[in-house]
Amino acid sequence: MTASDAETASSSAQNGASPTDARRRPLVVMDQVTKMFSSGTVALSDMSLTVNGGEFVSLLGPSGCGKSTALRIIAGLGDVSSGTIDWPSSRINSKGLPEGDISFVFQEPTLMPWQTVFGNVHLPLKLKGISKAAARDEIMATLATVGLKDFADAYPRELSGGMKMRVSIARALVTKPKLLLMDEPFAALDEITRQKLNDDVLLLWKQTGITVIFVTHSVFESAYLSSRIVVMKARPGRVHADFPLHTSLERDAHYRTSEEYRQACETVSETLLEAMGGEDAH
Amino acid sequence: MTTSPLSPVALRPAVPSRTRETLLKIFVPVIVVFVLLTMWHVGVTVSGVPQYILPSPLAVANALVKDWGTLSPALWVTTKITLASLALALIGGVGIAVFLVQSRWIELAFYPITVILQVTPIVAIAPLILIYAPSTQVALLICAFLVAFFPILSNMVQGLKSVDHNLLNLFDLYGASRLQTLLYLKLPASLPYFMTGLRIGGGLALIAAVVAEFAAGSAGAGSGLAFRLLEAQYRLNIPRLFAALFLLSCLGVLIFAVTSFISWLALHRWHESSLRREN
Repeated sequence: MTASDAETASSSAQNGASPTDARRRPLVVMDQVTKMFSSGTVALSDMSLTVNGGEFVSLLGPSGCGKSTALRIIAGLGDVSSGTIDWPSSRINSKGLPEGDISFVFQEPTLMPWQTVFGNVHLPLKLKGISKAAARDEIMATLATVGLKDFADAYPRELSGGMKMRVSIARALVTKPKLLLMDEPFAALDEITRQKLNDDVLLLWKQTGITVIFVTHSVFESAYLSSRIVVMKARPGRVHADFPLHTSLERDAHYRTSEEYRQACETVSETLLEAMGGEDAH
Repeated sequence: MTTSPLSPVALRPAVPSRTRETLLKIFVPVIVVFVLLTMWHVGVTVSGVPQYILPSPLAVANALVKDWGTLSPALWVTTKITLASLALALIGGVGIAVFLVQSRWIELAFYPITVILQVTPIVAIAPLILIYAPSTQVALLICAFLVAFFPILSNMVQGLKSVDHNLLNLFDLYGASRLQTLLYLKLPASLPYFMTGLRIGGGLALIAAVVAEFAAGSAGAGSGLAFRLLEAQYRLNIPRLFAALFLLSCLGVLIFAVTSFISWLALHRWHESSLRREN
């Protein structure tokens, strides 16, 4: 038995998921990435991060630590000042991006108000030249997975904040990406909706085996969702700590009240405080 | 059961408020116009003002019927110039707006020229245009176009540049081509701005068609309502002047109604400007 087999076996025993060997391979490799804005601000400094297939990675850190910038750079939105981003298991297009393999969910739902829910979810397929008729089954199936099958003909303005976010997630999933990038997607939602959507995202992750990189500033959210947490430090943005988060329990309502979750939150919280250390001094 | 002295006020029979509101919206303006017309008529009759100074509404209506043979071709000419110039302004305005937003440099280079065209009074340019244009009709068309085109252009430029940045990022992320981004994102997103430009441009096209005709001093059979206005003034045929004015107002109202309706059709499903507030 090889080392990676052992790791796979132990992680599947611990969190109930069963990632296959192939999925544990590196999906995206950031190597010493530095990002400097034209204003001279260094958003990221020498950041290295390897995300493996099937992981649920949270990027956690104080505001200004560059976690959103890191996510955008992975998505190819904006250039790096130095360093490289590699996609070992994807086909690369002319822009150096694994085009069909990544999807992005923004902090706002970012829907087109003139399109129905159906039209909004159709967008990524339309841009590939797939007609509405040809994409219908695919779109309806995706809407069903986020519980919006009956709202295909509704316009975004007719939906609640949580439902809009679901449309945004459906749009991200409709291309069946390998990697889902989420930039504080639920930060603007109320606590109840947020917990529900957290459960939905976890379920999707388990069912589809998709890899998720999730930017958040919430300790509780990251401790609840992640299989691995990357805590970042600000000014300049860099990785402060990077550790797996295994649980023996199924992550559900019971987990939220368990001792194990409380401890996970405490660990994450302490690491975050460390990362912010010295910053509060002035 | 006893009734308190205050309760009858609250116990009025319920009238379906929607219907009542609609009826009021129609009848109140109609009644006001009718009252004003009556006052006008009575005022003219009682004071005995001569018709060549202020005709009564009846005399105007009479002139409208009697001179329909002279006025209707002129109305048709003005309508044609207005609509043709508006159509050209729409094509030109949208086309140039799309061209301008292609790059920062193109905008920097050409936007000032469009501003100069806009701020120079049309009456001042009209004599020049009259010299260069092959016919008076073409000159009128160019004048009306120049006036109607700018609000459409500037609104379109604003609209094309106001697209949600995250949606632009999303299109980039999915590898959308420039044409796809234009067709599926920028143009639909600027539709509300376009509609504002259309409504302003529609009204201005008519004004410009009339003003340009004044400036051109066109005359004869192929002339529009502006010529008939001047002609009626010279001949002190004031009832006909009022009739021509009335027709111009009707045309203006019609253009406003049609452009507003088009705007409503395009936006009512999704844009805040066309929605009733739900509280």
